[in-house]
Amino acid sequence: MTAQALDEIKIGGLGSSRKRVEDDRFIRGKGNYTDDIVLPGMLHMEILRSPLPHARIKSIDTSKAWAVPGVHLVLTGEMMATRNLAWMPTLSYDTQAVLATDKVRFQGQEVACVIADDPYIAKDACELIEVDYEPLPVIVNPWQGLEPGAPVIRDDKEGQAGNVIYNWEVGDKAGTDRAFEQADLISKLELHYPRSHPSPIECCGSVADFNRATQKLTVYMTTQAPHIIRAAVAMVAELPEQMIRIVSPDIGGGFGNKVPVYPGYVCSILASILLERPVKWIEDKTGNLISTGFARDIYLKGEMALRKDGKILGVRMHTDADHGAFFSDAQPSKFKIGLMHSAFAAYDIPAAHLTARGVYTNKAPGGVAYRCSFRVTEAMFFQERMMQAAADDLGIDQAAFRRMNFVRDDDFPHRTPFGFLTDSGQYAKCLDVGLAAIDYEKFREEQAQARKRGRLLGLGISTMTEPLGAGNSREYDILGIKMFDSAELKVHMTGKAILRTGAKTQGQGHETTWAQIVAHELGIPAVDVTVEEGDTDTAPFGMGTYASRSTPVAGAAVAMVARKIRAKARKLAAHLLEVSEEDIEWELGRFYVRSSPERGASIQECAMAAYSNMPDGMEPGLENTAYYDPPNLTWPFAVYIVTVEVDPETGVWDVLRMVAVDDCGVRINPMIVEGQIMGGLTEAYAMSSMQFITFDADGNCVGSNYMDYLLPSAWETPGYELHSEVVTPCPHHPIGAKGIGECAAVGGPAAFVNAVMDALSDSGVRNIDMPVLPDRVWEAITYRRDVSGAPPVRQD
Amino acid sequence: MTMVYDDLGDEAAEEVPVCRIRFTINGAKKVAEIEPRLLLADLIRRGVGLTGTHRGCDTTNCGACTVLVDGVAIKSCTMLAVQVDGREVTTVEGLATASELHPIQEGFKQEHGLQCGFCTPGMMLAAKALLDRNPDPTEEDVRWALSGNLCRCTGYQNIVKSVLWAAEKLRAEA
Amino acid sequence: MFPSRFRYEAPHSLDEAISLLSGGDDVKVLAGGQSLVPMMKLRFASPEMLVDINNVPGLAYHRADPDGSLRIGALCRHADLEHSDLLKGSQPTMAAAAPLVADPLVRNRGTLVGSLCHADPQGDWASVMLALGGSVIAQGPNGRRAIPLAGFVTGPFENTLAHDEIAVEAVVPPAQGARSGGYLKLERRVGDFATVGTAVAIEMSGNTVIRAGIALTGVGGSTIGATEAAAALTGKPLTAGSIAEAADLAAGAAQPRTDHRGSAEYKRHMVRVFVSRILGGSLAAATAERAA
Repeated sequence: MTAQALDEIKIGGLGSSRKRVEDDRFIRGKGNYTDDIVLPGMLHMEILRSPLPHARIKSIDTSKAWAVPGVHLVLTGEMMATRNLAWMPTLSYDTQAVLATDKVRFQGQEVACVIADDPYIAKDACELIEVDYEPLPVIVNPWQGLEPGAPVIRDDKEGQAGNVIYNWEVGDKAGTDRAFEQADLISKLELHYPRSHPSPIECCGSVADFNRATQKLTVYMTTQAPHIIRAAVAMVAELPEQMIRIVSPDIGGGFGNKVPVYPGYVCSILASILLERPVKWIEDKTGNLISTGFARDIYLKGEMALRKDGKILGVRMHTDADHGAFFSDAQPSKFKIGLMHSAFAAYDIPAAHLTARGVYTNKAPGGVAYRCSFRVTEAMFFQERMMQAAADDLGIDQAAFRRMNFVRDDDFPHRTPFGFLTDSGQYAKCLDVGLAAIDYEKFREEQAQARKRGRLLGLGISTMTEPLGAGNSREYDILGIKMFDSAELKVHMTGKAILRTGAKTQGQGHETTWAQIVAHELGIPAVDVTVEEGDTDTAPFGMGTYASRSTPVAGAAVAMVARKIRAKARKLAAHLLEVSEEDIEWELGRFYVRSSPERGASIQECAMAAYSNMPDGMEPGLENTAYYDPPNLTWPFAVYIVTVEVDPETGVWDVLRMVAVDDCGVRINPMIVEGQIMGGLTEAYAMSSMQFITFDADGNCVGSNYMDYLLPSAWETPGYELHSEVVTPCPHHPIGAKGIGECAAVGGPAAFVNAVMDALSDSGVRNIDMPVLPDRVWEAITYRRDVSGAPPVRQD
Repeated sequence: MTMVYDDLGDEAAEEVPVCRIRFTINGAKKVAEIEPRLLLADLIRRGVGLTGTHRGCDTTNCGACTVLVDGVAIKSCTMLAVQVDGREVTTVEGLATASELHPIQEGFKQEHGLQCGFCTPGMMLAAKALLDRNPDPTEEDVRWALSGNLCRCTGYQNIVKSVLWAAEKLRAEA
Repeated sequence: MFPSRFRYEAPHSLDEAISLLSGGDDVKVLAGGQSLVPMMKLRFASPEMLVDINNVPGLAYHRADPDGSLRIGALCRHADLEHSDLLKGSQPTMAAAAPLVADPLVRNRGTLVGSLCHADPQGDWASVMLALGGSVIAQGPNGRRAIPLAGFVTGPFENTLAHDEIAVEAVVPPAQGARSGGYLKLERRVGDFATVGTAVAIEMSGNTVIRAGIALTGVGGSTIGATEAAAALTGKPLTAGSIAEAADLAAGAAQPRTDHRGSAEYKRHMVRVFVSRILGGSLAAATAERAA
């Protein structure tokens, strides 16, 4: 390295906590969210939703709605059906109703929509639509749907005999059975991970604009995956892709809620085509919570075969997933229950077997969403709750039990019993950091002393590694499309650049961080690299941003395209310096002649040369595209430790401290990484303490607005102590980075729950389902019994 | 000034009550002819065309719509537009001057107090109302003052730091 | 999300407002609007006309009168009460409740009097005012009248105001002894409706409780006055025994339902715990004061 090499941090390369580019417009109120978009002649759409969870539609009378001044169109399922649009394919090879025709199958389902001059008028007109319903019996949990004689919810599907969607299994049954035969002790656990909802503050919406003159359809919409939407619209509307432009502008939070295709989008597109005017649909929070892609709602049970010294010999798991009325999960097609079988990946377990079943119920469709990495939230929650139970059964310390079963640093690459390949980690070191930070021994002493005085303190540990960065083309696809991602980099003659990727940021800071990768690879200051995402007319094809896949896949593509550029720039440098390529060395920002390092060419000089001084035979320009098919997923590791105090009289618990140790490999922008972790921890806290959707016995949704679906505010949310000492680079990622966006939401909830259960350990209680509400804690303490949270909710 | 509407007929027009109001928004004087049922958030977003104030929920919980009316922080989705007749409205667009960001805006950038940015305008205005009243708040004061504004992205810790950063800068400038 | 159409008037005097109310059947008064507007947005309420009293001068006060009564004007906001030194110094039950109403932004607009009129069974102020023996002052075309809180609410969201009356003030009667008490609310987060709320307001003379009021939020179809529990405290010294008895009786007065916020049994238990804790605090304070 010569004295002329650039300082990586100064130019905003890897490891720089540069301030965010996105902020400049957001702090000025100049964001461009979907509802901010106003097009000439734009109309407004409102959806009429079913008040009943399961009912036959006998008739729909829209005449009064049509008569309201300012109404341009009223759409019903019948009208959609004449255009073959009443049903649409889902991302899981099922079908979903766009507007109900024969029946409504969940409370809140879309029944009709009104397009009018103004959203207030559209709402007025919706109220005048008369629907005659014939109520049907309601199913609010899988068990009701599995009873003999239960109504078949999907009687629209030929050959659908009951309410089961799929049965699936993975692992080694015979080997696992043998392990259980040899066990000294078998630990069991059963729990319900409640229905939750990503609930970004911004709801879903679209502005569809079909231009009859050009035959081009433009849709501005809240989507985390614009190219997937374009593909879906192309299939459903039978338009060629180049005549469909999906623009994902600024997104006010995604968290997986903005991946699926929703009926509102389809209706707004059809309305625009019919009316030849732009049509805006923005749902309200109730619509969002009651009908869009929810998360979790899964029953998990398992057993662990244990040797008496604490070694885990095998694990069995069974999951029953409540998918609602349509199987519309966005997840890799080979894995019916997503990556649930990544459970226990951090531990060296010889044998495991998992069976999974999915069931229809009269609820909103979905299951895969909410910072879940394709069901990994459920997997890791069960894992750490099971680890806690097993350690208790064995009488072994929680931390020691985990440590003794960890995959060891020198065991990598390690094949898990479910077939995943973990490749890197320093699990024990992370645990050491966490235990030191929380002052583990001291806390256990304080806890014992406090117990004598009737105070209930608790400590909960959650450790996990999770697969992020779906995914390699051998195993991962959505609707057959492989899950690669892309980056296109154009370096202009002045050496400034524009980068476009197939990802779509919703707050993760891609405009800031991708430029840092380019700065790292090419020495172009990050501030000179503009990043754009989200417009299918300009962005290279990608599968979007969710499941923490962007740094692992799109980020890798950014590094690879920058390297392609650098390879060409090297040739240009050699030409400029009049030496052969073998004599050229690279340092950050410039090429130089090995034998006389003061002779060099900056990357900017190379860029200029690409347009003005090319060697013979070289194509001009300095632009390229990379599509990246990741060889494997990445495996960040985390240790989350929470301490709480529980008030035994009221059941209310408060967080004392929350320590997070995250090893996500190389951190592009430490400030942004920490922001992601704190956001995830807050989701974890929310789910563990107050946030859930449930249903009463009549199928009414409880939690369809913010009065009942509780997000913690700044007042309730605890403070976090974050640790970044342990860095284990990903061996296969071009810059050694791993995903991080979802880790805390994945591993966090168990830490909170384990802490409360630890505080209650004298009560003999095994499990309290999340959210661990005060009344549930009180019931557990008072009656010394487990508390389930599964629907239907108990009511007088 | 020219405004063209679809002519929906005299009968239809008669049914619609209309009020005329005068108000100031970010220092600019405005006149509006609006239905009484128009919510203040919609007057701001669609009437005046300032889209920095956001709609997040339908039950007056999330605070993304927070603006200042006569300096008081309120949820603009739960106030009728007609109620700002004769009053001064401040939105996020009114925080910066022509040449400078408000220290609160700077603080949010310095301390990574935003990710998706959707709750941010409301947060900043609620924070401004706090700092106008209490220039030296504790962390607890900040969390309490912002407890009517929900965020899904940040976990609030950096929002608190942003507000405290701004408080310190404002005290230094005072 | 959007209200249905209505006509709107914004009078500048009480007389004007009252005459507007007389003009129709389906007319509602708009003060803070933090309860009414959300209901209208969800179309649970669709009045034909709103009479906005925010421009009527002279209603934003709260003050202690020479006779010792506390008067709260119709436009006194929750925030005014939360930050009130007067309340902090002389009205412990009210001072405890004010910060717990809704959230800081809603408190900037919402009014105590409006909240009482709205008669939400989960409203916090109703319990506080009931425990304090408060009244609502109604003004109509024929003048003013005082309506004690105990008879003011007739059902969920229903009060005894005539259709042409406006509630202009709430009154807390003067104390005979030293005020003590508080308000505890079990909410899962700021702005949540109360799972359980308890208002306890006592007046002591020496060690004896000379007046007591206990009222419960969220554990019945409307605010519950735990009169038996209050009576059990009155005329006696405040002791651990009398507190336990009152707490039990208050729990017995509750009529909670089991729902997603908890079992009826839990809610009844929490009434007992809250009443005990508030009165325990009063006892400790009184004991400390006597020792000092």
